[in-house]
Amino acid sequence: MKSLLTLLFSITLIFTACSGGNSGQQADSSGEPEQEQGLSDFEMEHGIGPITERIDISDDIDEDLRVRGQEIFEMKCEMCHNMEGRMVGPALGDVAERRSPEYLMNMVLNPGGMARNHPEGQKLVQEYMTVMPFQNVTEEDARALVEYLRDYSMNN
Amino acid sequence: MSKKKNNKLRGILFGAGFVALAAFLFTGCPSDQRMLQSGDAAQKVYVAPGDHDEFYGFFSGGYSGQLSVWGLPSARMLKVIPVFSQDPETGYGYSEETKPLFNTSYGFIPWDDSHHPHISQTEGDSDGRWIFINANNTPRIARIDLTTFETKEILELPNTGGNHASSYVTSNTEYVIGATRFSIPYEKDLDVPINSYSDEFRGALSFIQVDQETGMMEMDFQIVVPPYNYDLGRAGKGVSGDWVFFTTYNTEEAHTMLEVNASRNDKDFIAAVNWKKAAELVRNGHGKTMDAEYYHNHYNGQNQGVAVSEVKNEVTVLDTREVDENFIYYLPTPKSPHGVDLDPTGEYIVGGGKLATVIPVHSFSNMLEAIENEEFDEFIDGIPVLNYDATIAGEVENPGLGPLHTEFDGKGYAYTSVYISSEIVKWSLDTFEVVDRIDSYYSIGHLMITGGDTVDPDAQYMVGLTKTAKDRYLPTGPKQNHPAQLYDISGDKMELLLDFPTIGEPHYAQAIRADKIKDNVKQIYEMEENDHPNAITRISDNRVERNGRDVHIYMGATRSHFRPDNIEGVKVGDTVYLHLTNMEQEWDVVHGIAIKGSTNSEILVAPGQTKTIKWEPTRTGIYPFYCTAFCSALHQEMQGYIRVSAPDSNVDLKWSTNE
Repeated sequence: MKSLLTLLFSITLIFTACSGGNSGQQADSSGEPEQEQGLSDFEMEHGIGPITERIDISDDIDEDLRVRGQEIFEMKCEMCHNMEGRMVGPALGDVAERRSPEYLMNMVLNPGGMARNHPEGQKLVQEYMTVMPFQNVTEEDARALVEYLRDYSMNN
Repeated sequence: MSKKKNNKLRGILFGAGFVALAAFLFTGCPSDQRMLQSGDAAQKVYVAPGDHDEFYGFFSGGYSGQLSVWGLPSARMLKVIPVFSQDPETGYGYSEETKPLFNTSYGFIPWDDSHHPHISQTEGDSDGRWIFINANNTPRIARIDLTTFETKEILELPNTGGNHASSYVTSNTEYVIGATRFSIPYEKDLDVPINSYSDEFRGALSFIQVDQETGMMEMDFQIVVPPYNYDLGRAGKGVSGDWVFFTTYNTEEAHTMLEVNASRNDKDFIAAVNWKKAAELVRNGHGKTMDAEYYHNHYNGQNQGVAVSEVKNEVTVLDTREVDENFIYYLPTPKSPHGVDLDPTGEYIVGGGKLATVIPVHSFSNMLEAIENEEFDEFIDGIPVLNYDATIAGEVENPGLGPLHTEFDGKGYAYTSVYISSEIVKWSLDTFEVVDRIDSYYSIGHLMITGGDTVDPDAQYMVGLTKTAKDRYLPTGPKQNHPAQLYDISGDKMELLLDFPTIGEPHYAQAIRADKIKDNVKQIYEMEENDHPNAITRISDNRVERNGRDVHIYMGATRSHFRPDNIEGVKVGDTVYLHLTNMEQEWDVVHGIAIKGSTNSEILVAPGQTKTIKWEPTRTGIYPFYCTAFCSALHQEMQGYIRVSAPDSNVDLKWSTNE
């Protein structure tokens, strides 16, 4: 049964391969030396997607951004993610400690590409058996989500 | 006895032979069909997997009430847009937000007969904003938004019988037109003897104004005219842009056995209406206000919203018997004309005299001159009848039997469908001579040229919409689906490329270059702009509320669960409103819901969309519900339960997910 499910998921992955639009293709033109699965060091650590370099983030929380981030989280993410405890996807209470801001943004902006081409994304699909959907968020939205998740992990 | 039998048999054989011979004469032999070598034809219609067609084709669904969308030239069916008929597949006409679209002054009507789709225009060219289509039976016009391919509005036409000459738009979509095919008493609900036809019955020509920002329709005015059958219409173009034209038959004013009694006059009329002048007369107070009752159904939100019904109680009327100034003229036209079609310059007005032996072509400039010189044969109810010889520019000889409709390629040629002899004739607008003809399979009604009925057709292809399929496809019973044939008209000779079955009975169709529409098509409903009153925009708002005997379930769906998915406390006798919001924002990821034993349809909910379905459980028990649209690998897991208890039970209302 498990192997059947795995097969189903592989098929789903193949069938949804064109969704999301921005796949891991930017990575190929980054010009950096390639590593595991053809990914650069940056991509290994910070994910595949439109965020291709480190971004400036102050240690302090930007309150406006956090509020906006919470709004988006409740509208577009909370259906599948709890802060504490597994749901459809992993708990996100400490995700800002486990992943870099750039990684989080790429995961939100390019979930299909991450699931397909990034070893961490592939692991998540194996474990949660669902490919995270793109929820029509902009880069600014993704940055706001990072602020909300950072604030949560700092205060909980 | 046996001799009698033989005679009978011989009679049958003779009859059958005659029918076969007639069919052969009129329809030709399939093996004789003129088409390109199969390989060449296949190449012309081949659109590789994943590639897109050059044109969107919109085909009326006729008695299906719907509008089908095709890719051309491949003839791939892309979608059926439900318009005038309920569609249990999507929940259209069953869901609470769409039910009001079906309201009329006669009540909720689940069906109609859709006829002539027409795409909105800017400067005489199709612009791809909206497409309008008319309902023939209970007269209405619908507007479909071409960013979502959804019916957004339906307007009923008052005091009208059979809205057939519709829903053609003027050059800048100032107006959509309608008309009465079956004249009836103009006064609302007037109860009179049928044989008072000539005294009491009247025709009505409708001018529906379109808001350029929103597309919303409003009945601006109607013109009351003599009780003929107003059959088809077209707006003028270019030089004739201020005019619209309607054909008439039954100028005999018959009210019974029209087949015979409405076919006596050698000529009926094309009515030419100067709509600008008529509108000006209305603005200057020449109209009168009359009682009416008609429904205007439209959405109340900018984005999704829900449909609402407004009842209108009066209409502004111009009566030709009461207005002194001339704004409408009759052009005598042989004989019971069906189509009236304007060439891309707007100069030629072509009548499809279905019982005539020629195709009459009037000249617009001749018409203006005749009006100027007052070359009137007579006046009927104040309407000047122009002299035939003064307006006619030419008569196309030998057009076949039963010419109906004409379209144009913008290169100097016209193409007329000919019903009885089952063919299309191509003729020159310069010489008015037939230059080519090709068979149709079988018995053609409307025809359509890609980019047609505009000032600038993209005349690569032509589609013939035919009435019977007979042997064209694998047989599927005594009733076959209606066919369409695709022709290549880029060269001197018309060439048959493809023959395919359609839905319902397509009357008219229009095709528009795909790039005028496809980049504007919405992929999702933006969650942040969801203005449906029963949407949830945060999943934490999922809940169940009781209001007396009404229970409202506010539910969210994402791959692959509903929230809430366990509901208790519903009772027999309750009316349950299930408001489902698809919380996804990815193109084409659709969820649906169906509840066991519900006497309603399912609903399909697009990404970011909210829909409401009503359910009235009549038995206690556990009711499973599930996602009807395969949405993910865990789709089979996407389900839930509703417990329904007895009316007097004390089970509390509660809802949960993952508890």
